[in-house]
Amino acid sequence: MTEIKFLLEMDNISKEFPGVKALDDVTLKVRPGTVHALMGENGAGKSTLMKCLFGIYKQDTGDIILNGQKLEIHNSKDALNYGISMIHQELHPVPHRDVMENVWLGRFPMKGIGPFQFVDHKKMYFDTAALFQQLEIDIDPNALVKTLSVSKIQSIEIAKAVSFNSKIIVMDEPTSSLTGNEVEQLFKIIRDLRKRGVSIIYISHKMEEILQISDDVTIMRDGKYIGTWNASELTTDLIISKMVGRDLTQRFPERSNVPGEVVLRVENLTSPNPRSFKNITFDLRKGEVLGISGLVGAQRTELIEAIFGLRALAEGKFILNGQEIKIQSPADAKKHKIALLTEERRVTGIFPVLPIVENTAIAYLNAYQTSYFLLDENKMKEDTRKSIEKLRVKTPSIKELIKNLSGGNQQKVLIGRWLLTNPDILLLDEPTRGIDVGAKFEIYTIITELAKQGKSIIMISSEMPEILGMSDRIMVMCEGRLTGILDKKNATEREIMRHATLYLV
Amino acid sequence: MNFDTKKLNEFLLQYAIYGVLLVLIVAIAIYNSNFLSINTLRDILMQSSTRVIIALGAGFVLITAGVDLSAGRVVGLAAVLSGSMLQVADYSRRFFPNLPDLPIWIPILVAVIGGLIVGILNGWIVAKFSVPPFIATLGTYVMVYGVNSIYFDMKPNESQPIGGLRPDFTIIGSGSIGVGPYSLPFIVLIALAVSYIVWIIFNKTKLGKNMYAIGGNINAAKVSGINVGLNLILIYAIAGALYGFAGVLEAARTGGATNNYGNMYELDAIAACVVGGVSTTGGIGTVPGILVGVVIFTVINYGLTFVGMNPYWQLIIKGLIIVAAVAVDIRKYISRT
Repeated sequence: MTEIKFLLEMDNISKEFPGVKALDDVTLKVRPGTVHALMGENGAGKSTLMKCLFGIYKQDTGDIILNGQKLEIHNSKDALNYGISMIHQELHPVPHRDVMENVWLGRFPMKGIGPFQFVDHKKMYFDTAALFQQLEIDIDPNALVKTLSVSKIQSIEIAKAVSFNSKIIVMDEPTSSLTGNEVEQLFKIIRDLRKRGVSIIYISHKMEEILQISDDVTIMRDGKYIGTWNASELTTDLIISKMVGRDLTQRFPERSNVPGEVVLRVENLTSPNPRSFKNITFDLRKGEVLGISGLVGAQRTELIEAIFGLRALAEGKFILNGQEIKIQSPADAKKHKIALLTEERRVTGIFPVLPIVENTAIAYLNAYQTSYFLLDENKMKEDTRKSIEKLRVKTPSIKELIKNLSGGNQQKVLIGRWLLTNPDILLLDEPTRGIDVGAKFEIYTIITELAKQGKSIIMISSEMPEILGMSDRIMVMCEGRLTGILDKKNATEREIMRHATLYLV
Repeated sequence: MNFDTKKLNEFLLQYAIYGVLLVLIVAIAIYNSNFLSINTLRDILMQSSTRVIIALGAGFVLITAGVDLSAGRVVGLAAVLSGSMLQVADYSRRFFPNLPDLPIWIPILVAVIGGLIVGILNGWIVAKFSVPPFIATLGTYVMVYGVNSIYFDMKPNESQPIGGLRPDFTIIGSGSIGVGPYSLPFIVLIALAVSYIVWIIFNKTKLGKNMYAIGGNINAAKVSGINVGLNLILIYAIAGALYGFAGVLEAARTGGATNNYGNMYELDAIAACVVGGVSTTGGIGTVPGILVGVVIFTVINYGLTFVGMNPYWQLIIKGLIIVAAVAVDIRKYISRT
């Protein structure tokens, strides 16, 4: 037998949807026992390609070849049987059941005689324990899933994939909600899987990670195959330029904002929850971008949501332009010209089934109220049009439902929503999360422009280059405490990490 | 080419319910051509009138991703309240034997306020205690029936059906502008007026936009600075007032009232909304859709009785249409994702 060069080949795959060519002659060849990164902007066709692999879509042309054999995959169950499994970005475990039931869901080991079959819990326990041991995962098979961290749940999913004897495991943005340590843990598991000959298709936007973990990189753009490279030949800038199809001279816009006097002073902010933020004091200046860095669990989101009145405070003062103010609800925050762009766009940002107009105007309806409680719809539409034009939202019309837009465009609509309220202070929580490179640059440009206009911005970001490239000052948090405020001049990745891990043992 | 088929499919799905209505009418008309007459039209519109008002109330709540089970019982409460105060002076079994002739708007207002109070209670329980709307309104459903029955059982009435309603009241339910085949029943005009007002609330007011937003994504609504609790209370209150008003019209239309009036009307109202394209997961629904939903059910009731179909078979058909409508609706949703 000749050695098979590629474990999986997706050859010349094309898929057309009414009006769009989602995949145009795309090729993906994965060598056995490698980590193969699949990259491209949102909308480049990565997920469509994966959906073809899992039989969710049927490609119009092209073949899927596993181990030299041509496959017909009709659904994800077929894929699983062929040894192809996927770890989704958003995990959907059964939270109120225990770990082992989640692993063996749908294929519980049974015992009994004839028609009297019962679930064999003992076997299930030992099988799970053996599986975890093999992968060096330290989780009690009897623990309830809801008590576990995202990273542990992800490990369970990976173990489950292994238990199916998967040869190919697709991981979609696996590190999006992991902390630094957890990412290391995941990489350890990935390297271990690679040693056993399992191939990983790794989908991520995080360049540093890709370069660190992957062997091969395939890049797509606009549904087309751009090429496959050895990871060692690539750099972040090279990848970006191939993804966006132009040379990217800079990742962040030129900044010319000049921070002025103190606008908002936050004093001794403390959450009623003892595990959350405590004794936070800082100043925010006019025309400044204040970055907040920290690991997941540093309570950054909790802090800025408290500043916006979404969370209660045990203690703390807000001094806006020299005057003490009370913020107890988002309505109070809005009154004081504060806006919040939340981290979870889908959960707390967009109204998916409503058109762009409503999504834009919803936080500013008071301004459109005419006599007799009626709203001035023309003005609403006019403002929406201006907003999408200014922020360059790509949409067929303002009547389009927001759920039909890409992540980046949704984010721009949400920024537009808050700009309508004409805020002086913008709180941005991971403003570029899940957004492709091109749209990221546009959002950076918007942020810079706002700072130049004299607006003050607090921006949470978990991406080091972003926080370093965009902030005038960087406030670092660890375990709910403020560990330092670094000036742009002397902020380095190292210094930030040192502060971000100050209280971690 | 391909694109056109998709557009056509979407169009068909979008307007499927109008198609269903048309098919129903055509099928019944083929069976018995007498069905197509001005009298039929008037009867169907009249029978739809109070149901439209209840369904619009139910629609308010459904669009916020809630559900209001108290509707039918509020109809009964309002019918009894208004009826008890609007009996002719020489009726032998008056609810309040010595009550003078009140201006007609006072009992009507009392009944509507009764509905409003139940609505406020519903909204308050849902908003303040985060009780799921299904449970909150199930509770008030039972309570309102209890309250109404105590009132209805008071001496000297002691649970006797309320009758002998004043003609200046019953004419609201039975009178019309003009006479003969082309007359327009008051009750139909009232239902149209209420529909128009609700349409304005849905589409032109802050409350309406907030309602769609709360149903579309309650968390995003909170972050946008919407006072979700207050808006929910307002919405349930308006819904309650609409049920109350519908109860008054039921009393006027039928010339009487008992504590069992309106029993199970909430289910018809919810079914009509759902068939009319209101999403049970919230954020979606229109007034014209709700109107057509109601009319479809009236056409089924009236039309199938007209052709002499066994009423039990009618139930089966009604049930099928409810399930089919939601299945189509969900397909609409899936096709977009």
